[in-house]
Amino acid sequence: MNLAVALPILLPLLLGALSLLAHRRLRLQRWLGVLGTGALLAAALWLLRCVAREGVVVLHMGDWQAPFGITLAADLLGASMAVLTGLLGLATAVYSLATTPRGHEQYGHWPLLHLLLAGVTGAFLTGDIFNLYVWFEVMLVASFALLTLGGERAQMEGAIKYVALNLLSSMIFLSALGITYGLFGTLNMADLAAKVAAADQPGLLSVLAAMYMVAFGIKAGAFPLFFWLPASYHTPPVAVSALFAGLLSKVGVYSLYRVFTLIFTHDVGYTHEILLWAAGLTMLTGVLGALAQTEIRRIVSFQIISSIGYMLMGLALFTPLALAGGMLYIGQDIVVKITLFLVAGIAFRLLGSYRLEALGGLYRYRPLLGVLFLIPALSLAGLPPLSGFIAKLAVVRGAIEEASWGITFVALLTGLLTLYSIIRIWQQAFWRELPAHATDTGVLRGERRDPGLWLMYLPVAVLAGLILLVGVYAQPFFGLAEAAAGQLLDPQAYIDAVLGEARP
Amino acid sequence: MMQPGSLILSTMTRLLLPLQLLFSVFMLLRGHDLPGGGFIAGLVASAGFILYLFAFGVAATQALLRIDPREIAGAGLTLAVLSALPALLYGDPVFTAQWWHPSLPLIGEIKLSSPLLFDIGVYLTVIGSMLTIVISLAEAEE
Repeated sequence: MNLAVALPILLPLLLGALSLLAHRRLRLQRWLGVLGTGALLAAALWLLRCVAREGVVVLHMGDWQAPFGITLAADLLGASMAVLTGLLGLATAVYSLATTPRGHEQYGHWPLLHLLLAGVTGAFLTGDIFNLYVWFEVMLVASFALLTLGGERAQMEGAIKYVALNLLSSMIFLSALGITYGLFGTLNMADLAAKVAAADQPGLLSVLAAMYMVAFGIKAGAFPLFFWLPASYHTPPVAVSALFAGLLSKVGVYSLYRVFTLIFTHDVGYTHEILLWAAGLTMLTGVLGALAQTEIRRIVSFQIISSIGYMLMGLALFTPLALAGGMLYIGQDIVVKITLFLVAGIAFRLLGSYRLEALGGLYRYRPLLGVLFLIPALSLAGLPPLSGFIAKLAVVRGAIEEASWGITFVALLTGLLTLYSIIRIWQQAFWRELPAHATDTGVLRGERRDPGLWLMYLPVAVLAGLILLVGVYAQPFFGLAEAAAGQLLDPQAYIDAVLGEARP
Repeated sequence: MMQPGSLILSTMTRLLLPLQLLFSVFMLLRGHDLPGGGFIAGLVASAGFILYLFAFGVAATQALLRIDPREIAGAGLTLAVLSALPALLYGDPVFTAQWWHPSLPLIGEIKLSSPLLFDIGVYLTVIGSMLTIVISLAEAEE
C-alpha cells in the first residue's frame, strides 16, 4: 500500500472541495489555501523520499491491477515535479493573500487554485496515458476559470486564444489516444512501452509519435504553436500568472519527457531530430519575441517559451548528461519564472504599472527588490553562480559531446540575447531615475506604508534564496537530476514496478 | 426570464418536482449494476429544480433550496474524495470498493458501499454545479 503517491493528488482535491464548501468564509479559505499547499509540499517531499529510497512507487487505484486499472506511478522525475508543484502552490498561496482582489476570492479563486494543483500533480504522477489526458483537462478547466475571473476585456481576448489552442491540442491528444488503443489495446504507459518496443510498424508508430509531439508541444508552448501563451499569461492577477508561468507549460514538457523516453524510442533519429529543430526554433523565436516587448510580464512570457527550447533540447539530444541538464533546467526554470512574475507584481504594487516606460527608480528606493530581481534574472540568462548556469552548462555540454554544433550555437546565442533582454528591464525599471510622469509614488518612497507588502516579499525572498542555493551547492540537485535521467534512459525498472509481480 | 404565473406550469411543477426527486434517488441507487448512477440522477434532480425556477423564479427557488448550490457542490466533492479513504482502514489501496451489510429492523439486510458514497458525491456535485450555472444565468437575465 503506497499512500505516498496518492496523497499529493487527493490533498488538493479535498482542499478544493472544502474551500468550495466554505465559499462564504474567505478567512477560512485563505487558511485552507496556505496550510493546504503547505501540506501538499510536505506530502510531495515524503513521496520524493520514498522514491529515492525504494525506487519507483506504484499504486493501483481501487486495487484494479495494471494494465487494466488506473495506476499511479512516481519515479524521481514525477516526484520532483510534484515537490516543485507544492513549493509553487505554497508561494502563490502566500502571495495571493496580499494581491488577489476580493471579488476574485468570492468567485472561487481558492477552490480553483487547489483544483489546478490537483490537475498538475495528477499529470505528474499518473502512469496511465488516458488518465494523463483527464488531468490535462482538469488543469485546463481550472486554469480557464482562473484566467477569466474578473472578466476584463484583455482577459477574454487572451482566454479565447488560450482555450482554442488548448482544445485543439486536446483533440489531437485524444485522437492519438484512440489510435494507440486501437493498435495496442492498452493505455497503461508501462504496458504500452513494452508493446511498442515489440511492434513492427515503424511508419505508423512515427505518425503516432508525431501526433503526441504536436499535442504536447502546443501545451508546452513550443514552436510553432506557442502564441497563445504570451497572449494570455499576463492577463490574470499576478499570483495566478506566476503559477501559470511556473507550472502549466512545464506539464506539457514533462509529458514529452515521459512519452519520448518511455514509449517512443523506436526511431530516435527521426522523432528526436524533429524535437531538436523545434527546440532551436523555440529558443530563438522566444527570445526575439521578448526583445520586442515593453511590458515586464510579456517579456517574461516570451522568455518562458525560450526556456522551453532548452528543456526540449535536453530531451532531443537524448544522452544522460543532456537529459539530466534538461530536467535540472525544468526544475530551476519553474522557480525562476515564478520569481520573476512575483517581482513584477511587487513593482506593479509600488508604481502601478507593468510597462517599462512607466517604471524607474526601483533600485534607488528599494535596493532589496533590485537584488531579488537580479538573482532570478541572471539565472535565466545563465550566469554563475546561479542555478540557471549549472543547468545550461549541462545541456550545452551534452550538445558539444554529441557534436551538435548548430544547436550549441543557437543555445549560446539565445543566452546572450536573453541577457540583453534582462538588462533592458534592469536598466529601465530599476536603474534609471523615476520618470517625471509617475504620480503615485508614496509607497515607493516610503511615505506611505503598505501592510501587505511583506507577504509579497516573503515568497520572493525564499525562492530567490533557493535559486542561489541550487547554484552554489549544486551537487545534490544535479545528482538527483542525473539519477532521474538514469531512470528515464533505462525504463525497465519503471515497467517492472508497474506491471511487476502480483501484489499480495 | 420566463413569465412566472402560468397556472398550468406552476400546478404541474408542484406535482412533478417531488416525483422527479424521488425518481432521481431511484436512479442513483440502482446505478451500481444497472443504467443510472450519480451523474444522471443529479441531472434528473436538477431538471426538477430548474423547472421550479421557470415556474416560480429565482428567489422562490433559492428559498426552496435553503442552501447555496455552491455549497451543495462543495459537499458533494468532499464526499466523493472522502469515499477514497475507507479502503485505507482495511489496508487496501485508496478507492478500493468496500462493502458493508448491516441489518436493519423491519427492512432486513441492506448493502452499503464506498462506491455508493462516491455516487452520492457525484449526485450532489452535479445538482450543485447545474443549479449554480442556471441560477447565475437567470439572475443575469433579471
